[in-house]
Amino acid sequence: MKIRGLNSTMLKRTAVVAALGLVAAACTPGDGEQGEFVDIDRDPFPSSYTPLPSSATLITGATILDGNGGRVEGDSILIENGKVSAIGADIAVPDGATVIDAAGRWITPGIIDVHSHLGVYPSPGVQAHSDGNEVGAPVTADAWAEHALWPHDPGFIRTAAGGITSLQLLPGSANLVGGRSVTIKNVPGRVAQDMKFPGAPYGLKMACGENPKRVYGDGSRGGNFRPHTRMGNVSGYRQAWADAQDYQRQWDKYERDYKAGKDVLPPARDLNLDTLAGVLRGEIRVHMHCYRGDDMGTMLDVMKEFDYQIASFQHAVESYKIADKLAENNVCSAMWADWYGFKMEAYDGIRENIPFVHKAGACAIVHSDSSSGVQRLNQEAAKALADGRKAGVDISKADAWTWLSLNPAKSLGIDTKTGTLAAGKDADIVLWSGDPFSVYSKADLTFVDGAVVFDRLNPDNNPVMDFELGQPGEGDVK
Amino acid sequence: MRKLISIAAIAAASFTATVSAEDIAITGGKAFTNGGSGEVENATILVSDGKITSVTPGGSVPNGYRVIDASGKWVTAGFMAADTSLGLTEVSLSGGINDASAPKEKGAIGLSVVPAFNPANIFIPNTRIEGVTRAMTRMTTSSDMWLGLGAVLKLTDDDMVAQEKAFLAIELDEGSAGKVGGSRAVLWSKLHEKFQAAKDKMDAAAKKDDDDKKDAKRASAADATLNAVLSGDMPIYAIVNRKADILQLIAFQKRFGIRVILGGAAEAWMVADMLAASGISVVLDPTANLPGNFDVLGQTSAAAGRLHAAGVKVAFIPPGTHNSRLVVQNAGIAVSMGMPWAAAMDALTVNPAEMFGVGDSYGKLAAGMDADIVVWDGDPLELMSSPDAVLIAGTDMPLVSRQTKLRDRYKDLDRSPAFHR
Repeated sequence: MKIRGLNSTMLKRTAVVAALGLVAAACTPGDGEQGEFVDIDRDPFPSSYTPLPSSATLITGATILDGNGGRVEGDSILIENGKVSAIGADIAVPDGATVIDAAGRWITPGIIDVHSHLGVYPSPGVQAHSDGNEVGAPVTADAWAEHALWPHDPGFIRTAAGGITSLQLLPGSANLVGGRSVTIKNVPGRVAQDMKFPGAPYGLKMACGENPKRVYGDGSRGGNFRPHTRMGNVSGYRQAWADAQDYQRQWDKYERDYKAGKDVLPPARDLNLDTLAGVLRGEIRVHMHCYRGDDMGTMLDVMKEFDYQIASFQHAVESYKIADKLAENNVCSAMWADWYGFKMEAYDGIRENIPFVHKAGACAIVHSDSSSGVQRLNQEAAKALADGRKAGVDISKADAWTWLSLNPAKSLGIDTKTGTLAAGKDADIVLWSGDPFSVYSKADLTFVDGAVVFDRLNPDNNPVMDFELGQPGEGDVK
Repeated sequence: MRKLISIAAIAAASFTATVSAEDIAITGGKAFTNGGSGEVENATILVSDGKITSVTPGGSVPNGYRVIDASGKWVTAGFMAADTSLGLTEVSLSGGINDASAPKEKGAIGLSVVPAFNPANIFIPNTRIEGVTRAMTRMTTSSDMWLGLGAVLKLTDDDMVAQEKAFLAIELDEGSAGKVGGSRAVLWSKLHEKFQAAKDKMDAAAKKDDDDKKDAKRASAADATLNAVLSGDMPIYAIVNRKADILQLIAFQKRFGIRVILGGAAEAWMVADMLAASGISVVLDPTANLPGNFDVLGQTSAAAGRLHAAGVKVAFIPPGTHNSRLVVQNAGIAVSMGMPWAAAMDALTVNPAEMFGVGDSYGKLAAGMDADIVVWDGDPLELMSSPDAVLIAGTDMPLVSRQTKLRDRYKDLDRSPAFHR
């Protein structure tokens, strides 16, 4: 079986794996009777994303935050063929280019929300739309968020109004292992694949703490379910990884035997272990819902025991208690500015969590986990920045923007494509009406790959999602 | 060792205790004395015995007053979060009982939330150090539409109930329709029947002569509540979202001539003129702009500005009780979506004060009012502004909370921060 759907835009790690796969597929059978080599298609739902039509655009005179800590006043940025082609003071206007005078306005990289349930828990949030938690078992790595992604969720266009250009859509946090996430470009699509960020690695949603033990341990799903405690949680993750190691060994052995010319059958396919083994091979990134510092500390050791990398802890309300350890272990924290208190593991939230993680040299990300909060992640960053400064952590606005685009892009493995403004990168850009750290500023224009996906001053140009047609408030300012 | 620790704990507790009502002068700031208007430059605000005694441009400070220098700063009345369960809920998920929720209780018409109120709740200091000095608090759940009698809190250290039985909360949305019989037809019919029966009883009692009245039984708490509502002494806080349901509410208000505050109010902007004509005020969350269910399809963040423009009084719901402080950000969001700044300031002060019956003592910077005063380091609605001083009923509250203590403990990481006090 051939591997299909892997294209040249695939990111580095995936490309290495693809190369290995091709080697295996090219291996010729020996003299004995040998069946066709069976390799698993690692990309059975390939991205069908194509950039929306765009034209060359020069935006002049703005304050530009490049997303990598840089800030320039009054420079211009040129968008061509969906890419950033130049940033500077004197850029010639290409023939036919649209020129936007942005004096007094600000330009930033598009915001990337690494924690969204849009599409899988869409609006309206009725029972029929509850597609985010496959609670039938505590470990469901075989569930994929993209299979529940409703592209017509009205939430997507609201986030474009908030300057969001990419999102990671995740399964919920009921399970120990909830399933695969999907990273999308924030453009309308007819099917989920139309939105998938080309070449973005998959993520795996896992969850620490209260949720899994409450969902499975309260008895409502029958008496045989574990976990009931945090002890059971950790046992559940470790057993799952041990099973995945065993599964991978079987496939490795199959490949060795086949290459040695033996007539061997492949191991039985297990969709759950396929994904877990993908994490152990380094192809799939773990994004783990974890609030308490001690829960995160435990997971850092589980990570070492089974030799995988946790890309990020999600929510990470107590990252400030262990920020040095997170920096040492190269794990990002995706955090709220000020959500806390609604459950015991969120009880110790402080408003300085994000700046304290930043100060420790660890990777700090502002995330939403909310169809409302995602519309104003710039405001969340502003609050965190102000609280940090008051506590004596001096961070510039330019550096704080790394929480909104570059660090999220790094954690998702898409930072070579997006997350900063530099020549050659995807033109995922927001033009703000003013300083985006002000409550009064709003996105005037949001570009994804150089195409306008939200235009505040021309609301008639904005998408109206299918569900909104013919309903009260259709096409209204939201 | 244990003894030592407890002594230290007492010392720490007394260290954070608030200074009792002293004479205070706040000088030099830009004061907004009436919500978002009544601007006074270089204001001298005198506070004595918990009350504001004068607000003047310039003006001298009498001997014996402690001066808070507000030069270059903004001074406003303390803000009010218009719909919370503050003091009724600790940790809502798997964290013990939640006194805001009584899922087995039916007919909670005369039930006051005050006996359940916990002044030691940590969310209260977290809220007040952000400049929110008042909150409306109420129950959120029962087994039908009746949610009892809510209160207005002043977020001091003690004696926090500023107004008990401030309103009768009634939920008239999809959720309560589901509880009372599965249809809105049942819900509205039950509501009308209950009020008509109470009105008939009141009318009959009024016809009795004085001798009969002596023999009459004391009214039940429920009857007393409905009498207070029907006689205009107490408003109802009706949680209604869908336009069709809001029209039902307006008709209900007309029939019984009662005072109504509309809460939730997702599609209220669609009937803004009718609400204005009926004198119905609105409490809403300006961030709500998604068709989250079939009751709220038309909601938009532009609603606050539209309602204000139509002449409807507006106040704001914060995003969750533990984040009651974020009512201030919500006001800023309303401004960004078209509400005038001054109107959003009114919605944080004078409007909720009037709606919930505390307008005589709170909401303005004026002689005779409770001294709820906040000194801000910039525009109070801005995300990066914060209070430098918070007075509540004349007490200068320390800007300390459990959160600031955790912050200070973990500012510099080491092996065992538990020994840091």
